Amino acid sequence: MKNKLSRFAVPYVIWMAIFVVAPIILMVIYAFSAADGSFTLSNFSKMTTYAVVFGRSFKLAIIATVICLLIGYPISYLMAREGARFQKVAMVLIMLPMWMNFLLRTYSWMTILENNGLLNQFFQSIGLIDLYNNIFGTEIEYFTMMNTQGAVVLGMVYNYLPFMILPIYSVIVKLDHSLVEAARDLGADNMRVFRRVTLPLSLPGVLSGITMVFVPSVSTFAISQMLGGGTYLLLGDLIERQFLGGAYNPQLGAAISLVMMVIVVVCMLVMNRFGEGEEQAVML
Amino acid sequence: MSKELIRLVDCVMAFDEEVVLNDINLCINDREFLTLLGPSGCGKTTTLRLIGGFQKPTSGDVLFNGVRVNDVPPHKREVNTVFQKYALFPHLNVYENVAFGLRIPKKGEHGKKIKLSEQEIDARVTEMLRVVNLTGFEKRSVSALSGGQQQRVAIARALVNRPKVLLLDEPLGALDLRLRKDMQIELKRIQQETGITFIYVTHDQEEALAMSDTIVVMDAGRILQIGTPTDIYNEPENAFVADFIGESNIIDGIMREDGVVEIFNRRFKCLDSGFDKDEPVDVVIRPEDVDIVAEDQGQLKGTVTNVTFKGMQYDIIVDFYGFKWLIQTTDLSPVGSRIGIKIDPDGFHVMKKSEYSGMFGDYSSYSEEYDEIGDASLELVEEDAGDEE
Repeated sequence: MKNKLSRFAVPYVIWMAIFVVAPIILMVIYAFSAADGSFTLSNFSKMTTYAVVFGRSFKLAIIATVICLLIGYPISYLMAREGARFQKVAMVLIMLPMWMNFLLRTYSWMTILENNGLLNQFFQSIGLIDLYNNIFGTEIEYFTMMNTQGAVVLGMVYNYLPFMILPIYSVIVKLDHSLVEAARDLGADNMRVFRRVTLPLSLPGVLSGITMVFVPSVSTFAISQMLGGGTYLLLGDLIERQFLGGAYNPQLGAAISLVMMVIVVVCMLVMNRFGEGEEQAVML
Repeated sequence: MSKELIRLVDCVMAFDEEVVLNDINLCINDREFLTLLGPSGCGKTTTLRLIGGFQKPTSGDVLFNGVRVNDVPPHKREVNTVFQKYALFPHLNVYENVAFGLRIPKKGEHGKKIKLSEQEIDARVTEMLRVVNLTGFEKRSVSALSGGQQQRVAIARALVNRPKVLLLDEPLGALDLRLRKDMQIELKRIQQETGITFIYVTHDQEEALAMSDTIVVMDAGRILQIGTPTDIYNEPENAFVADFIGESNIIDGIMREDGVVEIFNRRFKCLDSGFDKDEPVDVVIRPEDVDIVAEDQGQLKGTVTNVTFKGMQYDIIVDFYGFKWLIQTTDLSPVGSRIGIKIDPDGFHVMKKSEYSGMFGDYSSYSEEYDEIGDASLELVEEDAGDEE
């Protein structure tokens, strides 16, 4: 039975080999070679000039992940406690933006955040900008929101929040209610039930949520280009430029990708250590 | 003498118009081992949850020491529960599961929160693990334990808090027969050793008879009878109780006068009295109270239709005038043989007619009945879980 079914796995193995393993091998080869194909480590030594970009990318991704967690956990928790109908509606609302194209969604934020965009018009109409000028003695006509690091983080949070909510929600909703009753029975009030039972048991969901938000955030380039106006170069932008932009240098691009990948994998392994004892694996 | 600890007064429980508990009045004494016994869906788990504080009665009161506690949440009651599926915390090891309740600061006499020291927690957890025979298991993960061990952790986790009352919801349901028998003795020993009041829910009548000081028989959300195991067995209130507790032949009869009952148009001496003259009644005759004699010496004569070897005795089915009885005997009477029986006056138990009359106590469909009993215990686990909401 098992052997008969195993041949159906063959296409999958081939697929993995061609589209997952081969590119990684190619990347490693590129990263360690010069333009003429000879072995070199110079790609890595050159990278030190981009330390700032590394720092910024990881900083923004961490901020975005933390915000996603702070927003996502309470939403998941409250959702899981509500009735089945509420849960369905909330789930649709959370998934709804994801039915739209990623770029379109992000573009729409541009029209909202622009200097004469929707949000600034709204602030103007309620007199918030005048109030600000009166208090601080300034003469601004709008709040600058586009092309800031804040806008980039907002874009990340907006796009990746569902990836935080879904895993946490699915863990909490499956939590055995009798454990909560048992804790209550042993004298725990609501706060303590949450701290000692619900929270630790939902950690696997939190860990996979963090992974699913952090990894795309740290490697994004579209969000930073659209909402950051290209002023805040992130790792994703840097890599893209080495392959498609003017600074054509695929060897360097491969080296940066490799280093980023190694850092991310190490981060995830450390996280996994935290979640040890929980049955659910965090690695994607 | 023992004093009253918990009282349920006129408790009614309804979910969406469906009445689950109907007018429950029950008094539980200090240091008592009380068992709520009944088939699945009879309301025994719901009664337990009222006492535990997980549910509020739709009407009626729950009193602890005479004080109304309807609105007191579970964590403020001096009650701990051993849950049906144990509900051990999977993220904590055995030690931490047992220590869970001890690590929570409790309100002392002056309203100040008292936190136990690590040494005291350690001493109490270690002592409790000794009581339940789990010394050396402290660091084990609870998921690595067998069913019986998990069950003992659940008991230790509840008992270590030294509650006034321990609620046990079918705690032995998931164990195999052998282990269940051992745990029954173990539980009874723990109860006597600690002097804690046990309120025990089960659908297993043998378990109830073996362990309890008091048995409360329930059906369809009502209490049918409260009494000691011997009372319940020897003086069942109606056909349901007689059938549920032990094996019984239940026969239509007529009470001719005090001490004389008529079945199959024959009059027998019995010890019951207090019925109207010629009142129709249900008569219970336990299978072990029947003596088999030669056909010509019998008060009643019948034909053996079925014999089952049970190890200690034979269960034989005998046809008397079209009505099949179960008789337990150590002497083999082969199928087809004619036998006579004798019953002493104390072998008859006469009950007033009730809504349960005619529903139980006939062994015409002997084998099928055994199948049903088997099914009922299987269904029970799912059904009682549904009770929660």
